[in-house]
Amino acid sequence: MPPRAPADDNPRTTTLEAFADTIVPGEKRYPGDLAVAGAAEGAGAVQAGAIELLEWNATGVTEGLDDYARLLGDHARDYAAEHGLTLDDSLPPFVALTFEHRTALVRRLTAPDHPEKAFWVLLALFSNMAYDSAAHTSTAEAIAAGHPGLLAMGIARPGDDGLWRFPAHSYGRPLARLHPDTTPSGSPA
Amino acid sequence: MTSTERTDVLVVGSGFGGAIAAYHLAAGGARVVVLERGPWLGAQDFEHDFKLGSSYTRAFDFVVGDGMSVLGGNCVGGGSVVYFAAMPRAPRFVFERHGTIGRRMWPASVSRDTLDPWYDRVAESIPVTTQDWNDVTYAGGLWAAACDHSGRTANPVPVAIDNAKCVNCNWMMAGCRFDAKRSLLTNYLPAALAHGAQIRPLHEVQRIERNHDGSYRVHYDLIDEEDYRIRYDGGAIDAKIIVLAAGAGATPVILQRSEATLGAMPHAVGRYFSGNGERLNTAVLNEDRVRDVLGLSRGDGLAYAANQIGKGPTVANWDRLDGSLPEFTRYSLEQLYFPPGLGTILAQVADAAPGESTWFGVKKKEMLRRWQSWLIIFQMIEDANEGVFGPPPAKGNADRVSQQMLGVGRLKYDPAETTLRAWAMADAEVKEILERDGLATVTAWTNEVIGAYTVHPLSSCRIGDDPATSALDDRNELRGHPGIFVTDGSAVPGALTVNPAMTIAALAERAIPGIVRAAQDRGVDVTYGAPAPDGGTSGRRGVADLLPSLTRR
Ligand SMILES: Cc1cc2nc3c(=O)[nH]c(=O)nc-3n(C[C@H](O)[C@H](O)[C@H](O)COP(=O)(O)OP(=O)(O)OC[C@H]3O[C@@H](n4cnc5c(N)ncnc54)[C@H](O)[C@@H]3O)c2cc1C
Repeated sequence: MPPRAPADDNPRTTTLEAFADTIVPGEKRYPGDLAVAGAAEGAGAVQAGAIELLEWNATGVTEGLDDYARLLGDHARDYAAEHGLTLDDSLPPFVALTFEHRTALVRRLTAPDHPEKAFWVLLALFSNMAYDSAAHTSTAEAIAAGHPGLLAMGIARPGDDGLWRFPAHSYGRPLARLHPDTTPSGSPA
Repeated sequence: MTSTERTDVLVVGSGFGGAIAAYHLAAGGARVVVLERGPWLGAQDFEHDFKLGSSYTRAFDFVVGDGMSVLGGNCVGGGSVVYFAAMPRAPRFVFERHGTIGRRMWPASVSRDTLDPWYDRVAESIPVTTQDWNDVTYAGGLWAAACDHSGRTANPVPVAIDNAKCVNCNWMMAGCRFDAKRSLLTNYLPAALAHGAQIRPLHEVQRIERNHDGSYRVHYDLIDEEDYRIRYDGGAIDAKIIVLAAGAGATPVILQRSEATLGAMPHAVGRYFSGNGERLNTAVLNEDRVRDVLGLSRGDGLAYAANQIGKGPTVANWDRLDGSLPEFTRYSLEQLYFPPGLGTILAQVADAAPGESTWFGVKKKEMLRRWQSWLIIFQMIEDANEGVFGPPPAKGNADRVSQQMLGVGRLKYDPAETTLRAWAMADAEVKEILERDGLATVTAWTNEVIGAYTVHPLSSCRIGDDPATSALDDRNELRGHPGIFVTDGSAVPGALTVNPAMTIAALAERAIPGIVRAAQDRGVDVTYGAPAPDGGTSGRRGVADLLPSLTRR
């Protein structure tokens, strides 16, 4: 496993990692990884590049990342108080929550009646996109480099020119009766 | 003092409504300028890439609203560049719908019979062709076989695709690299250019004002080609005729913003929005059951596992398109593809335990691992025109969040009981078809995260006979504002139960004779009667008898 870079200790980064890991959970990157809870096998959104994507200003959320991390910390503290949890105060509050509590809190923040819902849904959307579409890198390069999300989903490799083509694409036989009222144009009547 | 640029006809937006108007008016001899907010891309620009900033996000627009998000095109060619090119005609009963107004929503002059000649014109112009079972993809074939297995019918849908060129890459939403999709970049738009129309990309129209001589002045901003959040000073153009075709998510917003300089708008501007009753279901197939129950095999050991392969929707179930059924209970169920990113986030797991989320978390990740065995089914029900636009944002039709694609708009949509019931009926039917004999596990996309969503915005500035509930008369002219016409999806009165582009295009074709007449009345030297963009004339012959009623003064 790659050694832990000091920048990773930045509380903003670990808080956002913990959020992304709640959306698409992954296995811990190294023993003692605190941001990634280790709730699922295989790499999750964090290993897939969630922070890289969020830190790219093309997303429109980059300038808000300080706010995201701060608010997530505030919500985590309130949540902990409400549930009588004691948080390890050497950690950012959201990181200090267990995976189950992180999940419960993110569900609350993205629920239809939450006033900040749109704000959190956006963060969830980009966390998911890092995993299922690697929106921070070119798709062909991501696949060649073994991007964990695209590989886990079984996305086929493109041709040498970086384009996809599927010559075999059809069962090639009638598979149902046509609607009796179909018009010659192929449309419903 | 610099004088303002002048033209005969100014077209806002270059999707179906804009391209069709631009072609016919230019071919008829008018000076035509088209302003399009998005970039001008061609086949070489269309990439197979999900990276932000690739053609997928440059050409695409995703506006989040309150209860309804709208997806559309943002480029020259509009939705036709990013769409799936399924082009069925709307069934006969659709034109008889009452919706919520207690009377026929469509003008008395429009029915399937009177629209068919216009559909024919579009079919010839694009062209739109039927598909056979060899064109049907694995996903479409699977849907057909499942429909058949449950005693239902299924149809290959007519399409605007040259199947000989199609490589089934399923990248249609990023624009077609192979020019197999017959977008407007391959027919009406090049023909409009050949007749002298000017198309100006990255020009976003903000508002319209009326000049003393009865002409109109259109104000636009220039948009940065990479970061659409950045805009530059634009300008204004005067025109005798305005054709608004910015799409149903944008046209009413331009009119709302123009109210101060144009005068009061008809009540129906920005109301009666329909999402075409859209909703998606995701089935995760059990590959063994697909083989054993349906007898399907790809010949390479796989039964299906082909979510990635194809060209959007190829097969639809139309058994519920039955005019004898009550309104709000009729719908079609169409196989579809939606790429990762937008196509996965709202899919729900079937077995979330208490405390787990249905749309994120461990089980969702497990569901993603089965992605190649997904089959997406698209419902188009009859909604109740619930959408209403709030006061317009400062610019455009949304506050842009990301450099491209993502913005926040003002549309509010609160689904009616009839809409919720129809979605529940359609959900139950998809489940019944695909869960039979253990074929699949089916769940609906959640409406709790971003509300409902649509790629088929309609009706926000609709035609009709009743001035209280329609913004346009039956020839697409904006009530109280002579010389302003609306020819895009906002003119369609309500949900169609099938994909709408064919109907949007046919209505736009039908509006042209009246627009030509209005232009003539304003002193423009223009005639009606251009052939199809490739010179074909059978469609023109087909509509000849209908012209007198559409050009009466
Ligand atoms: C992913 C996807 C798949 C689809 N698949 C199908 C399908 O298979 N079959 C089908 O029938 N339909 C499909 N549709 C829907 C179809 O694309 C639309 O119904 C159709 O394009 C609407 O045509 P229109 O003329 O109303 O507007 P559009 O095609 O949306 O064109 C409007 C244009 O106006 C521009 N514009 C907006 N605001 C401004 C402004 N202020 N100034 C200047 N320009 C502006 C936009 O950038 C756009 O280019 C799909 C849509 C999407 C998004």
